[in-house]
Amino acid sequence: MDPQAFWLTIRLAALVAAVLVIVGLPVAYWIAYSRWRWKFLAEAVFSLPIVLPPTVLGFYVLVALGPHSPLGRGWEALTGHTLAFTFEGLVIGSILYSFPFAVQPFAASFAAVDSRLVAASQTLGASRLRTFFRVILPLSVPGLVTGVALSFAHTLGEFGVVLMVGGNIPGVTRTVSIDIYDKVQAFNYAGANSTALVLLVISFLILSVVYALNRRVWVWK
Amino acid sequence: MVPSVLRDYGFCSALMESTLINPVLPTAAPDVREVSVQIRRRSGKDFELDLAVALPPGITILFGPSGAGKTTLLDCLAGLVRPDTGRIAIVEKILFDSAREINLPPQLRRVGYVFQDLALFPHLSVEANVEYGISSLDAQERKRRSAAILESFRIAHLRARRPGKISGGERQRVALARALVIDPAILLLDEPLAALDAATKAKIVDDLRAWNQQHRIPVVYVTHSREEVFALGERVIVLENGRAVAQGTPHEVMSAPRLETVAQLAGFENIFDAKVISAHAERGTMTCQLEDSAIELETPLVRADVGSRMKVGIRAGDILLASLPPAGLSARNIVPGRVVSLGQRDVIAVAKVECGVEMEVHLTLAARDSLHLQPGCEVWLVVKTHSCHLMAV
Repeated sequence: MDPQAFWLTIRLAALVAAVLVIVGLPVAYWIAYSRWRWKFLAEAVFSLPIVLPPTVLGFYVLVALGPHSPLGRGWEALTGHTLAFTFEGLVIGSILYSFPFAVQPFAASFAAVDSRLVAASQTLGASRLRTFFRVILPLSVPGLVTGVALSFAHTLGEFGVVLMVGGNIPGVTRTVSIDIYDKVQAFNYAGANSTALVLLVISFLILSVVYALNRRVWVWK
Repeated sequence: MVPSVLRDYGFCSALMESTLINPVLPTAAPDVREVSVQIRRRSGKDFELDLAVALPPGITILFGPSGAGKTTLLDCLAGLVRPDTGRIAIVEKILFDSAREINLPPQLRRVGYVFQDLALFPHLSVEANVEYGISSLDAQERKRRSAAILESFRIAHLRARRPGKISGGERQRVALARALVIDPAILLLDEPLAALDAATKAKIVDDLRAWNQQHRIPVVYVTHSREEVFALGERVIVLENGRAVAQGTPHEVMSAPRLETVAQLAGFENIFDAKVISAHAERGTMTCQLEDSAIELETPLVRADVGSRMKVGIRAGDILLASLPPAGLSARNIVPGRVVSLGQRDVIAVAKVECGVEMEVHLTLAARDSLHLQPGCEVWLVVKTHSCHLMAV
């Protein structure tokens, strides 16, 4: 196993999961409570990464990050280098790629909070923000854990987007899944197996934790 | 948290407003804290809430079948649901006015709301639940107020527990305490006692009445239970299909039982104000005198002080009539009187008997005939002790 690729992947997944908590919570709140009539369109856009081939997503991210897009130019002006084929570019692509895996569990758990509890909080004088942090969020812990774990695990195993956006630069964009692909291409089946097994075990552990938490600990009785 | 304007009740504008709101209940001068409601709200194809009611301080019972709009009315008062048109005001303080496009959010209405399912926060302790609405106070004042209310609702020992770990009656008290600790301008109770057994219910009713004696604010109490109507209600508003079909004191509403829902309420055809004369704890009975008469009835013992006022309800079908002075009966109440009128409702004879108060008696047609009852007849009313149902005023 390539420890460099391993730690890079962990770093990427953790960063993506963290960003998705910050970005995903307000979006999920909006999805759960907005009564905007065109909300379904936004929901469809947010869910696209689930069905889109990663190469398609990766291609458009690459174009968007490239020197011909406003985003790419702005970043280049700011930092002196392009986003494509960098770790930062990888983070952005992964955030988009894992977005629904965080936001959907968040939104589902927000929507599942008893509306009478929200009403009670309001009649007791609590602002929307206070209601969110004191009532909605604590009662959505299973959904939060699920969203964080899924986006982490999903980023851990991504391949297509990484390949399109990041390429295969050791220490910068070379993730575990790319490493496995490389080893298979080089007929190094033993190496591929050991790396793949680590990924398999980690993914299984994460999902076990998710289901265990959802089952018992956070049910208020 | 609560803006000071909510606490300032101006009298001049109050008088001006009262000419506009057209309260249906006969109220003389508007009370300092009266809530006036005049709203319309359509939901779905065939339900419309269309109401104009006044809610003075004291307990107003909202009675009616499910789907009548009781909870919707409470939600409108609390600001959780927006009426299509109309106006809701606590005297001059406008909570909602469609004409002036005022719609105060629930946070600013200072409404104490005990929900049907209580809506206690399951992840917070009893104490944290109670303190939820007073978080803007400094810690010392907050603790003082929560301790006081926990004490007065006798749940102080539960403060560290979660709602899931306490009994139904205790949860009810927590919900009441949580709603009342914010010092609300109006209290809304949506069938708060529906799930409780009679004994627990009676205790909480006592606490609620005691609280209400101290804080005279409008209390709107939704219930299906006839007993609660008489135990708590100073006024009753009967809702049917989104409209107030009857309102007044429990007694007034029942004296005109034209409506099905009202008739449901009118299980006691005879309701009298009474005063407790003496209590006989060892025999489990009390003597109560009916007001404006010399009639003394022996009733079951309830928790009430000598001299306190009660209501006595007697079902017309629970009264025996005798045409001669009865003797050798187990029934403890024998009252002489005179038949003033005799009517017939379906297969039941309805006799009105004057005996110091007017008592309605139901008997079979055969019984009427065999007694040769006529208006003007002398009769004796026989009422068992346990047919006298005492209700708190």
